[in-house]
Parts: sequence; structure tokens; C-alpha cells
Amino acid sequence: MELQLNNLEPGQKGVVVEIKGSGATRRRIMDMGIVRGSLIKVIRRAPLGDPVEFEIRDYNLTLRKREAEHIYVSVEGQQ
Amino acid sequence: MVYTVALIGNPNVGKSVIFNHFVPGARQHVGNWPGKTVEKKEGKCVHRGTELRIVDLPGTYSLTARAVDELVSRNYLVEEHPDVVVHIVDASNIERNLYFTFLLLELEANVVVALNMSDVAAEKGYTIDAKELSKQLGVPVIPTVATANKGLDKLKDEIVHAAKRGNLSAVSSLDYGKATENVIDSVVRVIKKDETLAKYPSRWFAIKLLEKDDDVLEKVKGTQHQRDLRFVVDNAKSVLGDDPEIVLADKRYSLVSKILETSLVKGAKKWTVTDMLDKVFIHKYLGIPVFITLFWAMFRFAYDASAPFMEIIGLVFETLAEAAAGIPNEVLASFVGDGIFGGLGFILTFIPPIFFLFLGISLLEDSGYLARAAFIMDRLMFKLGLHGRSFIPMLLGFGCNVPAMMATRSIEGEKDRLITLLVNPFISCGARLPVYILIAGAFFGAMATAAVWSMYFLGIVVAILLALLLRKTLLKGEPAPFIMELPLYKTPTIRASVTHMWERGVHFLKKAGTYLLAGAVILWFLSTFPWGAEVEMSYTGQIGHLFAPLFAPLGFDWRIVASLVFALLAKEIAVEALGIIYAVEGETAIAGALVSSYNPVVGFTLMAFTLLYIPCVATIGTMKKESGSWKWTIFQIVLTLVVAYVVGLVITGIGAMLGYT
Repeated sequence: MELQLNNLEPGQKGVVVEIKGSGATRRRIMDMGIVRGSLIKVIRRAPLGDPVEFEIRDYNLTLRKREAEHIYVSVEGQQ
Repeated sequence: MVYTVALIGNPNVGKSVIFNHFVPGARQHVGNWPGKTVEKKEGKCVHRGTELRIVDLPGTYSLTARAVDELVSRNYLVEEHPDVVVHIVDASNIERNLYFTFLLLELEANVVVALNMSDVAAEKGYTIDAKELSKQLGVPVIPTVATANKGLDKLKDEIVHAAKRGNLSAVSSLDYGKATENVIDSVVRVIKKDETLAKYPSRWFAIKLLEKDDDVLEKVKGTQHQRDLRFVVDNAKSVLGDDPEIVLADKRYSLVSKILETSLVKGAKKWTVTDMLDKVFIHKYLGIPVFITLFWAMFRFAYDASAPFMEIIGLVFETLAEAAAGIPNEVLASFVGDGIFGGLGFILTFIPPIFFLFLGISLLEDSGYLARAAFIMDRLMFKLGLHGRSFIPMLLGFGCNVPAMMATRSIEGEKDRLITLLVNPFISCGARLPVYILIAGAFFGAMATAAVWSMYFLGIVVAILLALLLRKTLLKGEPAPFIMELPLYKTPTIRASVTHMWERGVHFLKKAGTYLLAGAVILWFLSTFPWGAEVEMSYTGQIGHLFAPLFAPLGFDWRIVASLVFALLAKEIAVEALGIIYAVEGETAIAGALVSSYNPVVGFTLMAFTLLYIPCVATIGTMKKESGSWKWTIFQIVLTLVVAYVVGLVITGIGAMLGYT
């Protein structure tokens, strides 16, 4: 199933399918290692609910929900 | 022959440790890149008889034209052609770091990879075959642990070797697949026909053009093959089936994965210290209490530790000033005693807290906590039109606005940073407190504490409102995205943090010192001349008289205006200045003089005005240095004056409604 990354719960993983949006933000997301096919895991949300911490390529990265929205991931076996 | 060696890498990879090892502090030359506010560090070292000029490039994650620091590095590499480019790689984060290696290889740089933090990588369960990695990449790879001084001599050997050998022609490891390479080639062919573009590495130029890089697009404008290039580039998307920028990023990362298949073995995933600490430090409920505790402790430490030093500095300058009274020439004696020693003494008593706040911040930064603090506070700051990174400078402002403004350097978005700089002085620093205490104590009796607190509150509200206003008007736009690495926690070494503190502090003194001295001398001149005149007839007194009508709506007379002029040196001088003007000594007497001359509304207005108007000479100097622009510095001066005046009018108006006139 394909979801926007901001809709994943802490603990869930997904494989990046597409990165929408354009410009500097999209480029930065890709520079940080989020490209098609990479596995990304939600670690936790910040105490105030946003931004969110992810694990990608064995390191930890933060994104605001509005930035994570542009990233579409496929999540296994969930409805 | 002197070889030029550039150090480059992502943030948090230990680049500054390596730079400091190559070029010890005293021999470093610190400045700015021409026309930019990005810091430039360089220095010379000699290794086995070969002289090297080491240039430290800003730590960045990419080399796009979209960020100043990235562009600075890139232009340096393209235009200055350093003999060797040392890419410092965080071995424990090798995938993302190698992506950057590819960006450097695209630039046809003579790359030597320092595989740093090998120890952390090993702890993480990584086994990296450096030889294999070097073979795959086609450039030398040297494992290092900079913090333990391991592998650095070998790295220097390799740098010298690479410098003497010269650039390896065409690195074979860069193969982005047939379809992509064909497209790149077709662009390269057009570029090579054009003489004006011949000076750039053609493959790199082609790639940047395909990525629609602003800076490169600008360079193509007006060249003879502009139309051909546009045609090939516009076609690329349909040939590649996707935006070339996406395809290229994909290709780089798949090349990284391919290379790591043979050179990296990952052990079982271990539960790291960072994982454990973050369970607490950024825990849903514990995160914020821990945050408050840590910063409270930092302030406490900075104040307690600096108290004795402040006294010593005060005493030293008092003694010096007294000694200067012995100078036979009266004017000279006053200049040296009151102007230089008196003025500087006042400003310099703030140096210990500034240094200790720097130390506290360095400790928190080096440990990796500051990134977490930004993560915790981002949501709040975003609502105010700012970035999570703006929170720390705001918080530091309660100590002293100078280190606070210097701490804005970690803010990436230029507008985010400028807004943070502009509103920072509204955060009530330690120097304003004595003024509040005196005035509130004089006028508000039992309500004094509440009146003092209300100033802190007022400062925060004004800072927030102005940040929002600036975001909607002069500095329109959205806060920069929060795409940030949470680095592994590290035990900060006292030595590194002290060095860090010392560097920042001395740098501040060097840069802002000139302004401080000039400010002290000007204020001395204004308050001492015409020679022998009473305070009222001195230039400061005259300024007071001149502007008093302007401040009459606020209920200020020439005495208050003159004391506000004095207080430009440091806000707490206002107290002393009022004493001089009223010719009374001691705080009780000053308080008495105030109560007999003004009503409580004027007192409250004066507190608010002291909070809001031009911060002080030191912050003006810092603003000039940090913004790199007189325009913004003057804007800030005007802004603070206008805001102070308007708020003063509001308070006076409310007072009038309550029956105080």
C-alpha cells in the first residue's frame, strides 16, 4: 500500500516510491539519502508532535510533517 | 612549492578536529569569504618538508547553488583548483557521506578520502575494507580517528603524495549507467564547443545543467550555444523518463550501495548509547523537562562561574582608572581614566558571562544535544515563522544578546537567521535587570517583582510580534525546511569545548572590540565636553535637552534622555548615570530622586524603554559582524528605537486612562 510518509506511525517502515514537490526542499531530501527504493523507518515524533525523527541509511534524520508529505512510501501488508 | 589543500565534508564528521590538528589555533587565519558571512579558516603547515596551505571549507551536505555555504565551497573548488581536496567522511554514516564523495568526483577534484570516526563505525558493527573502498572509488582512502590522533600522519603522507602526483585523470568509478551517461555526453559535446564554458569541468557542468542548477544556468545565459543546450536539457526528462535531478540522485546512491556491497560488512544492529539517551532526551513527556533542566543548569553555571571574574575585571579597571588620574594633563587623564579604562571596564565585565555562555553552548553543541533542542522546539518556533534552530539564540538572549546573536550561525536559512538577529535584542539580557530592579523597587513596592517579570514577558511578546511582522513584510517567506541530521551523541571533551569557547570569545573581542572601544570613547567625549562643564551642559546633557521635547509625550525629561544615551555603553549604566545627573550616591538615594521627580507610569515606561531601545554598543558591533551589513545594523537601531517609542506611548496612554498624567 502506498502512503505519504507523514501518515506512518512510529515503528512503521516503508520503501520510498516517489518524492513529489520540487526545488530546494526536494533536492535536500534526496541529498540526505531519501531516494527511490530506500528504506525509511519512523522512530518518534518530537514532544510537541512535529517534527518527526526517521531512520534512513543507518542514521537519524528529522523532517517536519509538511516535508514528509512529499515522500510516498510503500508499506507492507497494512490496510 | 606550496600546495593548497581543501578540507571538506558533511557537518559533524570531525573536520574541525582535523583542521586544528593540521593548523594549531595560533596559526589559523579566521575571516570571511569575500562578500559573504560564511566563515573562512585557513593556515599553513609543513609535512616532511612539504609546505601545505590548508583551507577549511564549510561543512555541508551538498554542493548546490541554493545555499550560500555550499556555493562558497563549490566556487572555491571550481575556480581556485586546490591541489588536493580531502573529503572527511564519517565512517559510521558512510552511505550518505559517500554520496558527497561523488559530488566531489563529479567536480573532477583531486580527492583523498579520510575515513574518520572509524572507532564509532566499529562500535556500530561496521567493518569497512578501506583498500577495497579505495579501489572501487579510484581515490586514496585513509582510515582515521581524529579525536585520538590516529591515522592523521598517514593522511598527511597521502595528501602530499596526491599533491605531487596531480589529479588522477577521469575517475572510472563514476558511471551512472548507459542512458544517463549518454545524456550527459550529449550535453558535454555542446559545452566543449563553447569557449566561454571551457574553463569549467565539462562533465560536472553538464550534470549541473541537467539538474537545472541556478548558478550554472546563469553562466550559460548569453553564450552562443545557449539554445542548443536548452534543447538537450529540455529533452533529457523524456529520454530519462524522469526529472534528471531525481535520476542523478538515484544513480549516485545506487552507486554508493554497489560500492559498499564489497567494502562494508554490517554486524548485527546494536543498541547504541545514542538510542538510549534519545529515549529520555527527546521522550514525549520527559523531553521538555530535560530541556529546561539542562538550560537552567547552563545559565546557573555561566553566572556562578563568571561572578568572581567579573569582580576581578571590575577591580582591575577601577585601579587602572584611578592610576590614570595621576596623569598630569587633565583632559588626557580623563580620556584614559574615564573614557578608556572606565568605559571598557564597564563593557568588559560582561566578557566572563559571555565566555561562560559560549562554553556552555559549546558543551551542548559538541555533545550533539543542540540538534535535539532544535528538534524539540521547532514546532513552537515554526508557528512564529521561525526555525527550530532559532530557539537557542533566543534563549541565550536572556543571558547576553552578544553570544545569542553569534549563536545564530547555526541557522541555515538566511532570512530565518536575519529575523532571529533582528529581534534578539528584545529578549531581556542580564544587564537590564539592575535597571528594572532599581526603578521597580522605587515605584512599585510590593508589586516590584511582578513589574520586573512583566519586562521579560514584554520582551518576549515584542520579539514574537516583530518576528511575525518581519516574516510577513520585509523578509517574506517560509522558514527553511527541518531536514536535519540528529548526530550521534559524543562525550564532549573539556579541551575541545574550552578551545571552542576561547576561539569564539577572542574572535568576538577582536571583531567587536574596535566598535566597543570607539563607542566607549565617543560616549566619554559626549559626557565630558565641553571641558569642565556640568553634566547638564555637557554634550550628553545637551543631547538630553535637544531630544527632551521629542520624549515629552513619554514623560521623559532631559535627565532621563541623557541617562539613556549613557546606557548605550551597557544598559546597567543607566542607574549610575541617573546618580551622576541627580548628583546623589547609592541606589536608595537614586530611587528617592526618581520617586520625587516622576510618577509610576513614567517609571514603568522607562523600564520598558530600557528593555526595548538600541541594545548596546556591543550588540551593534555584533549585529554588524553577524549580518555583514551596515544596512541591517542601522535598520535594527531604528527598529528598536521606534518600537521602544511606540510601546512607551501605549504605556503612557494606558497610564493616562488610569488617571496618571
